[in-house]
Amino acid sequence: MVYSTTRSALPAFRSQGFSFVTGANWDTNAGIYQILPFIYGTVVTSIIALIVAVPMSIGVALFLTEYAPKRIRTPIEYAVDLLAAVPSVVYGLWGVFVVLPYFLRPIEDFLSKYLGFIPIFNGPSTGVSYFAAGIILSIMITPIITSITREVFKTVPSADRHAAYALGATRWEMIKEAVLPRSRGGIIGATMLGLGRALGETIVVALMIGSSTLINPSIFKPGGSIAGVIANEWNEATGLQTHALIGAGVVLFVMTIVINMMARGIVWRFNRE
Amino acid sequence: MNPDTSPGNAPVFAVKGLDVHYGSSLALKGVTMDIRPRRITAIIGPSGCGKSTLIRCFNRMNELIPGATVSGEILYHGENIYAQGVDPVMVRRRIGMVFQRPNPFPKSIYDNVAFGAKINGYKGDIDELVERSLRQAALWDEVKNQLKKSALDLSGGQQQRLCIARAIAVQPDAILMDEPASALDPLATVRIEDLMQDLKKDYSIIIVTHNMQQAARVSDETAFLYTEVDEATSARWGILVEFGETSQIFTKPSDKRTEDYVSGRFG
Amino acid sequence: MNGEPVEIGGAGPGDAVDYWGGSRLAPGATLVGARPSRARVWRNRRSTFLIVLAVFLTLVPVVLILVQITTKGLSAMNLGFLTKSLPFSDTATGGGFLNGLIGTGIMVGLATVVSVPLGILGAIYLVEYGKKNWLATLIRFFADVMTGVPSIFVGVFVYTALVIKFGYGAVMGAAALALIMMPIIVRSSEEMLKLVPLELKDGSYALGAAKWQTVTKVILPSAAPGITTGVMLAVARAAGETAPLILTALGSIQLVTKLTGSPISSLTLLIFNGAQQPYAASIARAWAGALELLVLVLIFTIVARLFASRSRLTK
Repeated sequence: MVYSTTRSALPAFRSQGFSFVTGANWDTNAGIYQILPFIYGTVVTSIIALIVAVPMSIGVALFLTEYAPKRIRTPIEYAVDLLAAVPSVVYGLWGVFVVLPYFLRPIEDFLSKYLGFIPIFNGPSTGVSYFAAGIILSIMITPIITSITREVFKTVPSADRHAAYALGATRWEMIKEAVLPRSRGGIIGATMLGLGRALGETIVVALMIGSSTLINPSIFKPGGSIAGVIANEWNEATGLQTHALIGAGVVLFVMTIVINMMARGIVWRFNRE
Repeated sequence: MNPDTSPGNAPVFAVKGLDVHYGSSLALKGVTMDIRPRRITAIIGPSGCGKSTLIRCFNRMNELIPGATVSGEILYHGENIYAQGVDPVMVRRRIGMVFQRPNPFPKSIYDNVAFGAKINGYKGDIDELVERSLRQAALWDEVKNQLKKSALDLSGGQQQRLCIARAIAVQPDAILMDEPASALDPLATVRIEDLMQDLKKDYSIIIVTHNMQQAARVSDETAFLYTEVDEATSARWGILVEFGETSQIFTKPSDKRTEDYVSGRFG
Repeated sequence: MNGEPVEIGGAGPGDAVDYWGGSRLAPGATLVGARPSRARVWRNRRSTFLIVLAVFLTLVPVVLILVQITTKGLSAMNLGFLTKSLPFSDTATGGGFLNGLIGTGIMVGLATVVSVPLGILGAIYLVEYGKKNWLATLIRFFADVMTGVPSIFVGVFVYTALVIKFGYGAVMGAAALALIMMPIIVRSSEEMLKLVPLELKDGSYALGAAKWQTVTKVILPSAAPGITTGVMLAVARAAGETAPLILTALGSIQLVTKLTGSPISSLTLLIFNGAQQPYAASIARAWAGALELLVLVLIFTIVARLFASRSRLTK
């Protein structure tokens, strides 16, 4: 798989040299293809997604394992599974036409008004942006992080929980001292798997990040992601551009493989303890 | 240090008509007995008769099992621990527990013992508290130079003594022990039993054990639990058959079931 | 054991100095109304609040998506939508996504026909035959790695492997979908097969059954509901994929039923295109298409769950 795609991408690599990945200029007309803006976009949206999704997922996982009685647990589990089942194109449509105008723009406007002096929050918001894509992404990766984290919490032996309670701990103290320390490795693994998923997500990001080919320091401005630019430009691409898009895909593949292997390594090592 | 605040010989615990249900099925019925201070009271009986259920009632640990309900009273120094307005967290603060399998936290030895102190906002010298508790648990000499080592690196017997140190670090009145030595080898078991004799000078101890010889060796008073069966519904629950001085239970039991059990005819 | 005599002194409840901040009740104090320190109680309450808040915030999108797709989709949906294809012009109202529905049906169907037998066979091999040999490791490695590959890259690969030589077409799209479905099917089938109790298999062998007979007559039937669950979930996933199809099927505005040689559309591609259009009519069609797709996917997912609960294998 790697072989075939790299071979196709070779013309692009050859003509651009190293600056394929390090350069920031993507100009179809001039025949220059450098994908750094897209790497940046992919990474930034994924990080935004993680920042939002990880605390949410841990909270939901804790709720399901430590707090919820069985009657509440099952419907909530189903609801989270539903989040995972929705196709990404539906998320994209919903994101662009509902979330963006009614939720995200007001938030972006609000934040950029008060925190706009910090470069990453610089406004005004233009609608599609890194931030918008990141938020929808966070909803999409929450189910996977939640489900792995739940498994991790379930492996904490109840003896540990009882030990904490018997010493007169409150429920939160028990969680903080008996459940969370044992789960650290697993949570990191779950986060990285979520990251891998976010890096590879195409449609949502394509629809919600805009089609800019520049690196934009503010998260409220549009940008581009690797998967997104492939999706958006494919139909009209020819020749060298096509090869360049393929090359971008290869780079993305490498990124996700590395992250996923690291994640599996961490989860596997954690399970062994 | 005399943590037990009961004057004279008034009972530490007075159990009155205790019933325990798991969901709709009865597990323990009508237990009534008095636990006297600074003694070791053993609870014995065949497996499944409700010994663990009973001991977990003393520090309201049964409530952690979904569907468990308790009726009746357990008076602790004259106060019903199941009364309205009593916070189980505070009950467990005063009554310590050691479990069958040693369950130290995945932290250092020091942090394990200091755990109770830290969450309760102990204002004194924690180092001194840790040392004192480890000494009392007969573990200090073996670990005094490795307090930062992970508790999980200790042997089974050492871990159990660590759990005892952890429990007494919060200065409880009474210590509940649910088969504390059953997961340990014979040598470690002996050390735990010796430790219990030391501890009883200051703490009231209730121990569940399936090992009759251990009960005979270690305890001052013994409670014998047995299972009652309803022929019609084949429901089973535990009842207190006999309770008295250990020497009397083992040599001159008043109930035939007790006599059968201690002479090894079943159980 | 102890060396020196144990010094049992120090602060206790009867002593003048109370180091425990009052939580170590003095004699005469009662249990009723005794509480942990206010800070601890507050921290406990705060964490409970935050956790419940997280759950609530996570559930809100679920409700919103369902409600809004349904309302917006229904308002644009009519019988004509389900049965007609795209109109000639993007701005015209009416028409439907029939070509997409057919395309999805063809490609997902082809992908299923290929990936289900291969996937189940692969899982059987992993569980019953090759425990440690190279083929088993290869299969397992392939399945593990593939679940992490971004779906667009699968499209890139199929493009370079097939489309360059044979052009866009339904088969290419199906190939990409099959590559996505197979690891899911292998993984979930493997889990199910591993759950078949040893006693069941032993019983069959003890009666003199050969390995292959045991597999087909004993193991597969008992794992069947669980395997079906995995298959249906994979189908639901494939039906919802868009990115790989962009590069392999390309999309088309015509109703296409040829398997090769001509680009073909899918429900997802049409929704994607519609989402990018500024025309109200196109956007309305996109909503209707989204409702159609969502209903399709949800039906498969819910039926998959029903099969899961009918499975008698549990961990």
